[in-house]
Amino acid sequence: MIAELGHYALMLALGLALIQGSMPILGARSNDPVLMSIAAPAALAQFAFVATAFAALAICYVTSDFSVLNVYENSNSTMPLIYRLTSVWGNHEGSMMLWVFILAFFGALVAAFGGNLPAVLKANALGVQAWIAAAFHLFILTTSNPFLRLVEAPFEGRDLNPILQDPGLAFHPPLLYLGYVGFSIAFSFAIAALLEGRIDAAWARWVRPWVLGAWMCLTLGIAGGSYWAYYELGWGGFWFWDPVENASLMPWLAGTALLHSAVVMEKRGALKVWTILLAILAFSLSLIGTFLVRSGVLTSVHAFAVDPRRGIFILAILMVFIGGALLLYAVRAPLLKQGGLFAPISREGALVLNNLFLTTACATVFVGTLYPLALEALTGEKISVGPPFFNMTFGPLLAPLLLIMPFGPLLGWKRGDLAGAAQRLFAAAALGIVAVAAALALQHGGPVLAPFGIGLAVFVMAGALVDIAERTMFLRVPFAAALRRAAGLPRSAWGTALAHFGIGVTVFGIVAVTAWSSERVAALKPGDTLDVAHYRLTFDGLFNRAGPNYRDLVGHFTVRRASGDLLGAMEPSRRTFPARNMATTEAALMTRRVSQLYLSIGDPNPDGAIPVRLYFKPQVLMIWLGAVIMFIGGALSLSDRRLRIGAPRAAKSRASLQAAE
Amino acid sequence: MASLRVLLPAMTICLSLLAVVSASLPLAAVEPNETLANPTLEARARTLSKELRCMVCQNQSIDDSEAPLAHDLRVLVRERLKAGDSDAEVMDFLVARYGEFVLLKPRLSWHTALLWGLPPAALVIGMTLALALVRRRRMAPAVPEPNLTPAEEARLSDLLRD
Repeated sequence: MIAELGHYALMLALGLALIQGSMPILGARSNDPVLMSIAAPAALAQFAFVATAFAALAICYVTSDFSVLNVYENSNSTMPLIYRLTSVWGNHEGSMMLWVFILAFFGALVAAFGGNLPAVLKANALGVQAWIAAAFHLFILTTSNPFLRLVEAPFEGRDLNPILQDPGLAFHPPLLYLGYVGFSIAFSFAIAALLEGRIDAAWARWVRPWVLGAWMCLTLGIAGGSYWAYYELGWGGFWFWDPVENASLMPWLAGTALLHSAVVMEKRGALKVWTILLAILAFSLSLIGTFLVRSGVLTSVHAFAVDPRRGIFILAILMVFIGGALLLYAVRAPLLKQGGLFAPISREGALVLNNLFLTTACATVFVGTLYPLALEALTGEKISVGPPFFNMTFGPLLAPLLLIMPFGPLLGWKRGDLAGAAQRLFAAAALGIVAVAAALALQHGGPVLAPFGIGLAVFVMAGALVDIAERTMFLRVPFAAALRRAAGLPRSAWGTALAHFGIGVTVFGIVAVTAWSSERVAALKPGDTLDVAHYRLTFDGLFNRAGPNYRDLVGHFTVRRASGDLLGAMEPSRRTFPARNMATTEAALMTRRVSQLYLSIGDPNPDGAIPVRLYFKPQVLMIWLGAVIMFIGGALSLSDRRLRIGAPRAAKSRASLQAAE
Repeated sequence: MASLRVLLPAMTICLSLLAVVSASLPLAAVEPNETLANPTLEARARTLSKELRCMVCQNQSIDDSEAPLAHDLRVLVRERLKAGDSDAEVMDFLVARYGEFVLLKPRLSWHTALLWGLPPAALVIGMTLALALVRRRRMAPAVPEPNLTPAEEARLSDLLRD
């Protein structure tokens, strides 16, 4: 009954989406306020029905209703409640439900808080949002229905893939989707602006909070996925340039570019046409990511036997939305008026450079990800594009971006003073050079470029501090006065500085761990020791441990400093899940400040020894710490008075003001 | 393994990689009994392994993969190195045997020209466009700033306080 209720609610949501996608847009064309006013209540109602459908599926999972095929295939009554709940989106059908749930959620937010939007823009934007929703509702109902019943209900479900039985599944997909789908708002607003043929600086102000929110979630989602892969896969990599990862990196790069170009558009009225294009691209790349993952086009030995209807359906969605949007853009964009003059050396100029490097990096990831697929489809020739390619092309594009990053916030709008900015960055550059020298002196036998990477990271971090120091006139006015100025700084200024600082932290971690990790591989018997960096591990023996729905074969290791001080124990394990007869490697981590010892074991050899992989990962936590700092920076910016004022309510005088801007 | 499809959640990073691990095999990647005694040769083997694809895996190098094929290739690379091959000779040997597919960094040739050419081309074209934009913008006559009433000025500075 619950499943049928969910199925029915989803069909009603499709109906509502069709109404929301047609009436308000017709109303906007004929300037009919009644038709336009349908948009908001339709969006809210659509959300209510999608939420009902999603809740129905969640109830089926939590109550282990194995008469529902989707629950039977992906759940098991012995799993802890948290995994019964998260397995809702641990499969294709459920994850598409999460997709439309978040899409409808964003639509409802625009409907609820978009009171200050011009009626035409709001009607068009919600209409476009509804087209996307309708396409995906139809996709779920026709090819990926999670509510199908089994004629005879089995006693037990087939369990969730053991690798997904991890707290990571609770956070990672929802955050990633909040990011992906969040960009749909920017997309809808861009299409709405093109439909209307009118755009001004105010558009950027309405869109920026959505883009910022989506970007924050995507940042955290990608970082979370990276950490999950790091500890779950058993060999301590944090980024693999896998097509599935690239699918999330591309919208992030485009979204980051959009975030910056929208600032120029809001403040200076320039780069309008470009910002619209980026808004279209960011969401298009999210859709392409969905296609890559969901259609099964990625080369794979497992040949996941994906239903070809799904692939073709998503491809059709892709072509209609991306093709349609770009066509509309080609026709309408030349009509949009450009504004805002600026010299090459200016804040605008720096942001244009930022966009240049980010979009080129994005194009590089795009071509690297899709080229093998296209080549094979066209010529039948198979090539591989893997980490060595991306490291060789992506790195050189990011280095200049990082180098110019600290300059941007120090340059004035319209016409900047490069010499002045360079002078103010002197301290940051000096710190960077000291860092290079220190790294050169300390490293023995690492890559030649690594110390320069460290120097660049330190320069970026110090540059962010210089930005704040300049704004507060730190050291130039009495300390108390500087503190007062700091308190008076807009939160967006703190947000920018923090986010830029976070980038430096992440880069520092990536460079350090890539260049200076040490690794030991050995077969150990009880009593044997293994040294890595300045730590010594002793293997004490194996023991068995039972979990709720798995068995662990645990290795017990004692960790000491090289000097002999006892630091503690590490217990990596091999975890066997009887429901699927599968095993996972559960690595053990020991955190030493921001560095980690990483230990994983394999199945015991016949002679009783166990294969052991031990790493020392210097500064590895900085990679994800940087992402958390970026998130906090974004949150600070989002809480800024100006964006808050921009979003929910507005004084009556706003309209006239924006016309004047 | 057909049911693996439905186990894959959408978009989760690395999921395809995770799925590969689910095949219950020994420990990931280089095993203790494979390593060479000579540390220089072993280091070269590791570097080469990172550039070679495990052809039965989704997107893993033979250095990262635990598949039996990756094991065989790791041993093969080490045998060639012990026999005195240069790095390039090892790569040539593997390409001759398995095709270009084995290389994670494709060689520059006609059919990869676009792959290698696009990033620098995009940068150059983008740079040119950006310069043209800025130059045209400077040539354009300045638009006179609209006059605001004092009340509007006050509200504007209030809104745009920076």
